[in-house]
Amino acid sequence: MKGLFIIAALGILAMLAEIFKFKKVLYPLVLVGILGAYAANFTEWNNTLNIPAFSNMIMFDNVALVFSGVILITAFFWFILANDYFEHDHITDHFALVLFSLVGALMLTSFSNMTTLFLGVEILSIPMYVLAASQKRLVVSNEAGFKYLIMGSFASGFLLFGIALIYGATGSFDLMEIRSYITQSNGNMPAFFYAGVVVILAAMSFKVSAAPFHFWAPDVYEGSPTVITTLMITIVKTAAFAAFMHLFLVVFGKVNDVWGMVLACIIALSLVISNVTAATQTNVKRLLAYSSISHAAFMLMAILANSRPWGSINSVLYYTLAYSISSITAFTVLYNVAKNKNSEEISAFNGLGKKHPLMALCMVIALFSLAGIPVTAGFFAKYYVFSVLVGTTYKWLMVIAILASLVGVYYYFKIIIAMYFKHDESHEPIKIEFSHVLLMIITTLITLAIGIVPGYIVEIFG
Amino acid sequence: MLNGIPINYYIMLSAILFIIGVVGVMARRNAIIIFMCIELMLNAVNLLLVSFSTLHNDASGQVFVFFIMAVAAAEVAVGLAILSMVYRHLKTVDIDLLNRLKN
Repeated sequence: MKGLFIIAALGILAMLAEIFKFKKVLYPLVLVGILGAYAANFTEWNNTLNIPAFSNMIMFDNVALVFSGVILITAFFWFILANDYFEHDHITDHFALVLFSLVGALMLTSFSNMTTLFLGVEILSIPMYVLAASQKRLVVSNEAGFKYLIMGSFASGFLLFGIALIYGATGSFDLMEIRSYITQSNGNMPAFFYAGVVVILAAMSFKVSAAPFHFWAPDVYEGSPTVITTLMITIVKTAAFAAFMHLFLVVFGKVNDVWGMVLACIIALSLVISNVTAATQTNVKRLLAYSSISHAAFMLMAILANSRPWGSINSVLYYTLAYSISSITAFTVLYNVAKNKNSEEISAFNGLGKKHPLMALCMVIALFSLAGIPVTAGFFAKYYVFSVLVGTTYKWLMVIAILASLVGVYYYFKIIIAMYFKHDESHEPIKIEFSHVLLMIITTLITLAIGIVPGYIVEIFG
Repeated sequence: MLNGIPINYYIMLSAILFIIGVVGVMARRNAIIIFMCIELMLNAVNLLLVSFSTLHNDASGQVFVFFIMAVAAAEVAVGLAILSMVYRHLKTVDIDLLNRLKN
């Protein structure tokens, strides 16, 4: 909870910086503030006094704290990556927007009422619409922001409709009361309760960009500024998954015969569509956007397997952490390559292995992790998802998932081949800032470390 | 039963309004009309919440409606700002012409 307050206060401070003219110190202040929020999270570990808070609106239990931790550490790395995004004018506005969307993300990890779920989704999304469109002079950025806005508010409409139907059946917005209603009524819920659950499932699939509700994602991810895309596929995804997990594992876990098969179909579709389409892409940003849909499907698989809820929570946690950290590495490299070459095509990576071996090596490890090749974190992330799925009736999904991963290896290796086996005509060296080199090395080391010793994270609960 | 009218009638009315909104978002090509259709979806939800709130004799449903109204206003404010930016580039609000990002 203190973490949430600190981030919100930082957001307000960022807006005041414009008036009181301390723009210069804002950037270090925000970095320190995020670390402070991260540390404040630790002090609340196993603390049962403060939960639930605000008339049971927000509940920072251990699961919420851990997911907030993932979001905050990713945010810290993201701010290092985005240092020159903040160098032009309107810096305070951008800081405030990012920080307020972080507040929304933290609310999505800790909501315990449908009101806070809705507000969290909107506080997260509305700043993201503005940030997606923040390159005002580029038509593509405007288009990305506009599409994101239309699709986001469309999905919010569905979310609200589902919430209203569930409120109609249960008479409460409180998640615990909804849960006890489900237990007490023993399957005698009115039909519109089930309709509400399925509508919420569709809305949340929109938010995590799972097929067939994914069509906005590649366009939005490609058109937005690269750093904002990074924010969307790391922090926004983690928060959306924390919310998805909380809703469908904890609250609607008992009625999984209603949404289980629907979710299984969503996962199968996402795996097939995303991987087949990604294989034909030549733009790296768009390729990573499609691959993020495939990763979303993997995380949904862990949620689908709710026979061991703690196992599912652990594997979603491990997956979001592994995916966020590897994505930060991949996007740091992509950002710098794109800045030097003025192109985001795979061909921009030609000859990177010779020109900047360190960058190429970090990219290889990040891509290995995304593809799920052993020793990296991504492999164990997929492994733990399968290990919770194996005890359920949805084993057939594993076959599709493994085939999809094989296709995944193909398109990730296209980038690796370009880096090491293709020759680049121009001889200009690739320039990269020192802070980005440091960021790249640290995130790569984390990817390897949590891949080699995954035990601490996957056994955190249960 | 709400004032002598069965609750199912309220659900049906809201569902019909909601579906009109959904179809409008998907079928219409003018961005302003799409915004109006999204508002229609949200107002269908508001109607549903208010009727359930009366049914359960519970005020929290009506409070939720205020949240939806406030958030919808914020969303439209951002949306129209982005839309005016798009208009400055393309001189149109037809979303079929927003196709710079395609495979």
